[in-house]
Amino acid sequence: MTAPLIRLDGVSVRFGKQEVLRDLTLEIFANRTLVVIGESGCGKSVTLKLIVGLLKPTSGEVYFEGAPLSRMRDAELTAMRKRVGFLFQQAALFDSLTVEANVAFGLQAHGGLTALAIRERVAERLREVGLPVGVEGKMPAELSGGMKKRVGLARALALNPDVMLYDEPTTGLDPIMTDVINELILLTRSRRPVTSLIVTHEMRTVHKVADRVVMLYPLARLEAGESQILYDGPPQKLLTSLNPRVRQFVEGEARDRLSEMRMESESAEMGSCK
Amino acid sequence: MATLSAETELDAGVPEAIGLASVNSREPSAFWAALGEPFVAVGDFAFFALRAWSGLFSRRFSRGELLRVSSEIGVDSVLVVAITGLFIGMVLAVQTYAQFHSLGLDTSLGGVIHMSIVRELGPVLAAMMLAGRIGTAMAAQLGTMKVTEQIEALACLGVDPVKYLVAPRFLASLLLLPLLTILADALGVVGSSLICLKVFRIDGFHYWKHTTDYVSLWDLFTGLGKSIIFGAALSLLCCWRGFRSRAGAAGVGRAATEGFVLSFTAILVLDFFLGMAIRALGTMVWQSGNKLI
Repeated sequence: MTAPLIRLDGVSVRFGKQEVLRDLTLEIFANRTLVVIGESGCGKSVTLKLIVGLLKPTSGEVYFEGAPLSRMRDAELTAMRKRVGFLFQQAALFDSLTVEANVAFGLQAHGGLTALAIRERVAERLREVGLPVGVEGKMPAELSGGMKKRVGLARALALNPDVMLYDEPTTGLDPIMTDVINELILLTRSRRPVTSLIVTHEMRTVHKVADRVVMLYPLARLEAGESQILYDGPPQKLLTSLNPRVRQFVEGEARDRLSEMRMESESAEMGSCK
Repeated sequence: MATLSAETELDAGVPEAIGLASVNSREPSAFWAALGEPFVAVGDFAFFALRAWSGLFSRRFSRGELLRVSSEIGVDSVLVVAITGLFIGMVLAVQTYAQFHSLGLDTSLGGVIHMSIVRELGPVLAAMMLAGRIGTAMAAQLGTMKVTEQIEALACLGVDPVKYLVAPRFLASLLLLPLLTILADALGVVGSSLICLKVFRIDGFHYWKHTTDYVSLWDLFTGLGKSIIFGAALSLLCCWRGFRSRAGAAGVGRAATEGFVLSFTAILVLDFFLGMAIRALGTMVWQSGNKLI
């Protein structure tokens, strides 16, 4: 079996008195898409931030291509981060810069490309995420939530990363835009070999893009001796899991989805009556 | 004054400045944690300041960002600093005239007021105006960037956030506060002289003679030296609080308040110690009581 590209080895994270992750071991393999699901507060986003070195574990180690992050010097950490694209939950666009400057930011910061090449790369990435021509000069405040996410994705892809980390990529978006973002994730993977780690609680995303699913559970609600990972396997088997907590989560999400669909059809009917 | 809790940082899950790695220490007892908080905060600030200082030489920030920040700090502060300097000079003249007049020392007012302005009031008031106008804005801007994950996004793009965001603000404050102090000094002298010479009709020749006798270039330069240190302190403290902002609008508001209160206090405390140091230096190098330059 091939060595994992990223490995979290017995990682624990504690913020003051609050323990978020305990003895978590997780392997992420190259060119695969891993989706991490779970309720709020179970440490999904913390896991992403550990991988890119934004947080340090209280104990345990994170390895990137076998190299421990804790022993990396600043230059090595920067080189690693250049290979990792990160789509933040709220896109985290630099609000004082235009869309074009946002996408070009990483390219300009690391040099190596001419101004013309940067402009071409930016246009290419914006085209890839399906943004219309003319959006380059807009400020982030002028964009909708879905457009911000797409610009965030274009910025993350600008440096041609080997790894893409998505933090709740579809949160706060309507169902149509959720599908658009899911399609973009698939499209990104089909265009270039990329390892993806997606953190979400949307079952739609799980079924659409995952090669493998890991379900985390909040530590505060675990019983003694239980592992924080409740499920680790293919998405198809998630539905037939015998673990009652996994079933509860999946069924809860399905119920939410159903009521969402009902509301959508009702609002559509009301619209047609008018 | 708002407390600077180490646990506050940890609760927010806030990555530290650079490397943005959070300090997840083993849990000490509540007593020891509380006792250690000020030391943790001082250590954290020292590390942050060192990082910003090294950022001045790394050229990680863009010239455009430096110009934008300089314009905000310098150009946009001219009016408020000028008004402050002018009216402080005028108020000093009004308040001191009666006492000096009763002693028949009207013409000494020039020396006394101008020395107060050049040594103390110019640098301190310009710094305080900047702390209120720009320091809070810096803390709020960086705090907003923090809570909207823009600072983390910078780190993810391989850019050191302290070097990119703090270094230009630090440099602009270092360079521009002395210039604003010169403006405050000049307007203070103009304001006080207007009142003394035009309203109270003090003899101009002796008024200016006393000024040149009492106020030396040493006073002017030490005042400007202090303003450089005030500029460094206020920019670093406000940026630091912004970087350590907690989540939400309340967190950003609190960061802005903490930035202002801390920098305001630091300016006064530093002013006292710098005053003592400058006095000791003057006494040591030159004969006490003599004109220095």
